[in-house]
Amino acid sequence: MNLSVNIGKLKLKNPVMTASGTFGYGEEYSAFYDISRLGAIVVKGISLEPMEGNPVPRIYETSCGMLNAIGLQNVGLKKFLSEKLPFVRKFDLPLIVNVLGKYADEYAKIVRELSKAGVEAIELNVSCPNVKHGGMEFGTDKKSLAKLLKRMRKLYKGTLIVKLSPKVSNIKEFAVISEGEGADAISLINTIPAMAIDIKTRRPILANRIGGLSGPAIKPIALRMVWEASSAVKIPVIGIGGIMNGADAVEFLLAGATAVQVGTANFINPMACLDVINGIESYMKEQGIEDVKELIGGLIC
Amino acid sequence: MTHLPAKSAIPQTLSQETEIISNNKVNNLHSLLTFSLPSSAQAPLPGQFFMVGLRQGYDPLLKRPLSTFDYENGEVKLLYKIVGKGTKILSDMKPGEKLDILGPLGNTYPMPELYETPIIIAGGIGIASVYYLIKKLPVKPIIIFGARKADELVMLEEVRDYADKVIGCTDDGSMCEQGTVVDMLCKLQSKTDTVLYACGSKGMLRAVSMEALKMGLNGYVSLDEYMACGMGACLGCVTKTDEGYKRICKEGPVFKMDYIDWMNY
Repeated sequence: MNLSVNIGKLKLKNPVMTASGTFGYGEEYSAFYDISRLGAIVVKGISLEPMEGNPVPRIYETSCGMLNAIGLQNVGLKKFLSEKLPFVRKFDLPLIVNVLGKYADEYAKIVRELSKAGVEAIELNVSCPNVKHGGMEFGTDKKSLAKLLKRMRKLYKGTLIVKLSPKVSNIKEFAVISEGEGADAISLINTIPAMAIDIKTRRPILANRIGGLSGPAIKPIALRMVWEASSAVKIPVIGIGGIMNGADAVEFLLAGATAVQVGTANFINPMACLDVINGIESYMKEQGIEDVKELIGGLIC
Repeated sequence: MTHLPAKSAIPQTLSQETEIISNNKVNNLHSLLTFSLPSSAQAPLPGQFFMVGLRQGYDPLLKRPLSTFDYENGEVKLLYKIVGKGTKILSDMKPGEKLDILGPLGNTYPMPELYETPIIIAGGIGIASVYYLIKKLPVKPIIIFGARKADELVMLEEVRDYADKVIGCTDDGSMCEQGTVVDMLCKLQSKTDTVLYACGSKGMLRAVSMEALKMGLNGYVSLDEYMACGMGACLGCVTKTDEGYKRICKEGPVFKMDYIDWMNY
């Protein structure tokens, strides 16, 4: 059976990757299994300067999901290059570095340095407020997104992935913009802004008031958006949102995803990524499918 | 006592299935869960906790962090308070039912130096974290054990066997002395060669620590925060310290009392 897929210049041995922010830089989960077995690793997003993150509470469980408002806490570009990059490079799997910024110049600085360091793939987190444009998120502003991507594409020759925001009325438009500006792939969805309230104190539970909802609760929304985006572009789509097992992953592949990212599931089961890979294989065996590429976009409708 | 934060003494932790041996109600708010330590897991040390998965599908989704109350002959005991969805479901589970266990996790309470007198300060369910420590201490400690009311002062009698002296108190005076653990600590007038070990609610820990540090005392606190992964990956369960945010599940849950930024706690 062949599980390999290609995303831009990356050759993945299977279609399963980690979702940024749920797997650190691989340090914690590598204690449980050989993470080289994964298709790829997407590490925690890095910003130019270190970011402290939000006050607590940062997370809260909801029905079949959870809220997070970590606040993009990360070590910053310098420490990433000196400490985290060497660590994660010890593993034999494609590395995708998630990048965030407050304005285009910050993204540019980071991408330039990562390019110099030979990083082969970058996932742009565009769900960040563009502080030089009234705080409007790049990923919800067509002009901003196009401008940013045009600039990043010029700066970077590696595999460029755009992680789309779900906060849009028409995901197809943003998928098309990404493809038009030369992105090698798009990944979606990022978490969905949501809230929880403590009725005893009459206050929001999260210190940040609003957090991103993830987990099984968002799978139906993510799946729909992946299907819509896949129908609008030819570049690979990476599906993210509540994938807990192989069957969930197959749904995304059928909807048009070339690969998937597993995030929240890792918190429930540290071996989740491996279970997803095994689950896809079981399905293929059951259905007599030799190559996972037969499943991609295989939805009958 | 070293001036460094309590260090992690722990190597590998594994995710394993186990079976409930017993799950007995202590009172209408608290239960005591016993299970066999999964075969490839390390024996827990005082201060460490387990992430307990209830196998209820996706609701509740996350595992629950519960302190090691006791560990003996391969059996782990967790004392817990029913505070929400997860603990309510757990309290209704029966012997023979399965759980998914991740752990032991976190660091451990450092033992006192030879010249130090340990004083334990437990607030309500905080007793769940310090009981195992109390049993393992080289000397019998003074224990200050307080709660808002009588039914939150569980294991008070059980803890007497391991104590030099137990000072119980309730905010409303419904049991033992009337007052808070801070009141009792002030009354005690400890000398500076004591080492405090405290666990309880956020409000209690802040009050105890700020008062203790003012009195020239120091020691260790065990903290808690909403957790998702329990193993350091998600950055959800942090606390502010002198050196920025630290993960309660990884750099903690035990921290030096003077290391925590209590003003922002």
